[in-house]
Amino acid sequence: MGASVFYLVAFLSIFFALMVIFAKNPVHSVLYLIVTFFTFTVHYILLNAQFLAVVNFIVYMGAIMVLFLFVLMLLNLNKENEPLKSGLVKILGIVAGCCLVVTLVGSLKATAISNPLVLQNADLGLVKNLGKELFGPFMLPFELSSILLLTAMVGAVLLTKKEKV
Amino acid sequence: MEPLTSKKKVLIQKPLTFAERIYLPALGKGLAITISHFFKKEATIRYPEVQREMSINWRGMHSLKRDEDGKERCTACGLCALSCPAEAITMIAAERKPEEKDLYREEKYASVYEINMLRCIFCGLCEEACPKEAIYLDGPIVPSDYLRKDFIYGKDKLVEQPLVKK
Amino acid sequence: MDISFVIEKFILVVILFGLSLVIAMYSTYAERKVAAFLQDRLGPDRAGPAGMFQPLADGLKMFMKEEIIPTDSNKWLFMVGPGLAMLTACIGTAVIPWGSPINVGGRIIPLQVTDINVGVLYIFGVVSLSVYGVMIGGWASNNKYSLLSAIRAASQNISYEVAMGLSIIALLLVTNTLSLKEIVENQHGWHWNVLYQPLGFILFIVCAFAETNRAPFDLPECETELIGGYHTEYSSMKLGFYLFAEYINMFVSSAVMSTLYFGGYNYPGMDWVLIYTGPVIAPLIGTAVLFAKIFAFIFFFMWVRWTIPRFRYDQLMHLGWKILMPLAIANVIITGLVIAIVEKF
Repeated sequence: MGASVFYLVAFLSIFFALMVIFAKNPVHSVLYLIVTFFTFTVHYILLNAQFLAVVNFIVYMGAIMVLFLFVLMLLNLNKENEPLKSGLVKILGIVAGCCLVVTLVGSLKATAISNPLVLQNADLGLVKNLGKELFGPFMLPFELSSILLLTAMVGAVLLTKKEKV
Repeated sequence: MEPLTSKKKVLIQKPLTFAERIYLPALGKGLAITISHFFKKEATIRYPEVQREMSINWRGMHSLKRDEDGKERCTACGLCALSCPAEAITMIAAERKPEEKDLYREEKYASVYEINMLRCIFCGLCEEACPKEAIYLDGPIVPSDYLRKDFIYGKDKLVEQPLVKK
Repeated sequence: MDISFVIEKFILVVILFGLSLVIAMYSTYAERKVAAFLQDRLGPDRAGPAGMFQPLADGLKMFMKEEIIPTDSNKWLFMVGPGLAMLTACIGTAVIPWGSPINVGGRIIPLQVTDINVGVLYIFGVVSLSVYGVMIGGWASNNKYSLLSAIRAASQNISYEVAMGLSIIALLLVTNTLSLKEIVENQHGWHWNVLYQPLGFILFIVCAFAETNRAPFDLPECETELIGGYHTEYSSMKLGFYLFAEYINMFVSSAVMSTLYFGGYNYPGMDWVLIYTGPVIAPLIGTAVLFAKIFAFIFFFMWVRWTIPRFRYDQLMHLGWKILMPLAIANVIITGLVIAIVEKF
């Protein structure tokens, strides 16, 4: 049961991720991306990481993608005003893509099949345990990342007030 | 400039006090006003069933009166049409036949009497002009309709119902 | 996972779904009645006794109307929009505990579809998703007024989510749990969270008004500026879905506020009632109390709508970012300090 659900959701994730790339309309792309994030949320729930699932739900689906959609709706992108891609750019794209594929395949070949990971504590994903981990052993990286976010926020505010500085 | 009248009032816009700025007291005041209306008696009158009491000088739809024997009072003198500022009244006069003695009071009567209710301004001048006390604006509100032609009221709608003989 | 479990949950889900629809239906009626009473009028009173069948007549009218899809719209998304609005409005009811567990023939049935241990965050997530219905519908209509409205809705929701989240954080400091069931159980009797978090509650209810697009924050459907807002181009039952979703949102947010701040199904003197009426009747009384609270909140939503004029867009943003958010942060800090001091001594 669990495995079949996983395969179904994994298939859907990849399918919608591909649709993000192949969709002609940028707004459609964003909507497919939202669905992709939703399948990720399902993955987290399957892994019993409820907190992560909900945070993914709120932050990615509820906030970040809304902003993406917001900007794209304002840009009103369509075929007419899309910049023309010259042949050179296309060739460069193909080369870059091939390089990426080669790297990925190479790195996949290099990694040995690891032992299946066994989670010592199945309830690690619950809020209480996760909080204790984050504010215990991982206190420093957690606080550092919060400072990083704060810096980004201050930077964003500064950018909007540029003319007064 | 020197003010021409003594009614000039200097407006002073004071900065809002803290109590005004936090907005919640004002909000509470507004909510209190609306909720007090919740318990007040509603002003609505359920129209077709219940009718508003009109004042005694209310002017509604016209009615052509009959005398105490049930004969039509109108003698088609045309004074009402003449007095009408909106030119809403038209009539055609006819001579009474001997067998119609019970129907009309005078020898001359209006065979056609039409009021265009879209033109009528309900001023009541026809009522004042009438020497025979034949027209009064004592009816109800003129009902709405869909077609212009349906607003031209003939004698069928205007003449008072005949008296029922006891 | 035995079969009776599935059946019992299924019944509960169906009841909740039906209940939300019926309540939303009669909210439209109640809204018109409340508006009328607040303005010394009568409101709808022709269809049935005191106009009780008015929502049915309205629903029938919605169904009978011609379905119009604009030629230049994005047809697929145009149809998805109202459905999404309805979906996100309905799924919020799943985690709210509607009453203490009832005992039917030795079997204890919880009146909650699921008690996930991040219930509060789930509600929050659903709220943050609810903007998609409006955004997609507004964009797909291919109408500048709809688009403007969709953008307003998006920025309004995002702005007020911040303050809402922060007010919830202060609440969580008090409750120590994210599960709605435990939050409710902690408020036994009269220990309602609103007594410990009055400022948090005020912030939360203001944000709830903004998140449900209700007056005075109903800028996305601001008639004076944007015609009909995001549903300008909608007709028939698609429009009906949008209007319905708004009322379901109102119902759900009333339920959430009752649960988080007003003790859910708890009420003073509930222990005494439990002793006198027995374990079967008492939970039902609790559920009735919860619904009384919900209806009181719905009434409050309507009362405010017919009292306070709409905010201007810049005032809305000013209130959200410069007043509510600092207040919410201050609330978190003060709550944290007080808890730390209380625990110390």
